[in-house]
Amino acid sequence: MNIELIIFVVFSLIAVISTIMVVTRKNAIMSAVFLILNFFALAGLYLLLNAQFIAVVQIIVYAGAIMVLFLFVIMLLNQHNEPSSANNKRKIKTFGVIIAALIFVQIVYIIFYQVPSHNITPDKLKSVEIGKIGTIGNLLYTEYVLPFLVAGFLLLSATIGAIVLAKKKFE
Amino acid sequence: MNIPIEYYLILSALMFIAGTIGVIIRRNAIVVFMCIELMLNSANLTLVTFSSYLGNAIGQVFVFFVMSVAAAEAAIGLAIIIMVFRNKLTVNIDEINLFKW
Repeated sequence: MNIELIIFVVFSLIAVISTIMVVTRKNAIMSAVFLILNFFALAGLYLLLNAQFIAVVQIIVYAGAIMVLFLFVIMLLNQHNEPSSANNKRKIKTFGVIIAALIFVQIVYIIFYQVPSHNITPDKLKSVEIGKIGTIGNLLYTEYVLPFLVAGFLLLSATIGAIVLAKKKFE
Repeated sequence: MNIPIEYYLILSALMFIAGTIGVIIRRNAIVVFMCIELMLNSANLTLVTFSSYLGNAIGQVFVFFVMSVAAAEAAIGLAIIIMVFRNKLTVNIDEINLFKW
C-alpha cells in the first residue's frame, strides 16, 4: 500500500460522499457547502495527477468565484426548504435512478471492455512537465489562440447578458 | 503513477451519475444547476486523467475552456433564475411552466 494510493482513496472518498450529500440534502445551502468540499477534493486529485495549474484554477474559479455566485443567489431567493411536493415524486425518483444505473453500466462497460485503457503506461516525468502553467500557456497563446479569444468573448457576452437579464423589471 | 487509470474513470463515472440523478429528482432550480456543475467537474476529471496518463497537454487546455464555459453558464443561468423568481416568486421547477400552454 503506497502513499499515493492512500491519498487517492482519501480524496476520492471525500469526493463521492460530498457528491451524494449534494444530491440528497434538502437545504440548498448545505448542498452548496458540500459542493465546495467536492471541488477541494477534486483539486487534490488534480494535484495527484500532476496538473498543478488546473488544481489552482479549480480552487480559484470554482470554489472562489462560481460558488460565491451560487451562495449569493441562494441567499437572495431561497426562503424555505424544498417542498416535498407532487404525488408523482416517487415515480420520478425511480425513473431517475433507473436511467442513472443504465448510464453507469454503459460507462463501466466502455471503460473495461471497449477502450483498451489498461494498455496505457503512464510517463510520470512527462506528466509533471505538461502540468506546468508554462506548457499550458504556450499552447493557449500559439496553437489555441483563436479558441482562447472566443472564450474571452464568451465571458464578456455572459457578463453583459447576466447584467441585462437581472437588471430589468419584467411586467 | 501506480494507480490504474480505471480508478479515476470509475470515480468520474460515479460523480457523473450522481449529478444525473440530482438533475432528474431535485426540484430546486439552483440545486439542479449545482448538479450540472458536478457533471461538468466529472468530465474535467476524465480529461485531466487522460491528459496526465497519455502525456498530452491538450486535455488540460480543454479543461481550461470547460471552466470558462461553466463560469459563463453559471452567471447566465443564475440571472435567468433571478428573473423567473421575480415573475413567479418560486424556484421550484415544477411550478415554472412559462412555455406551457
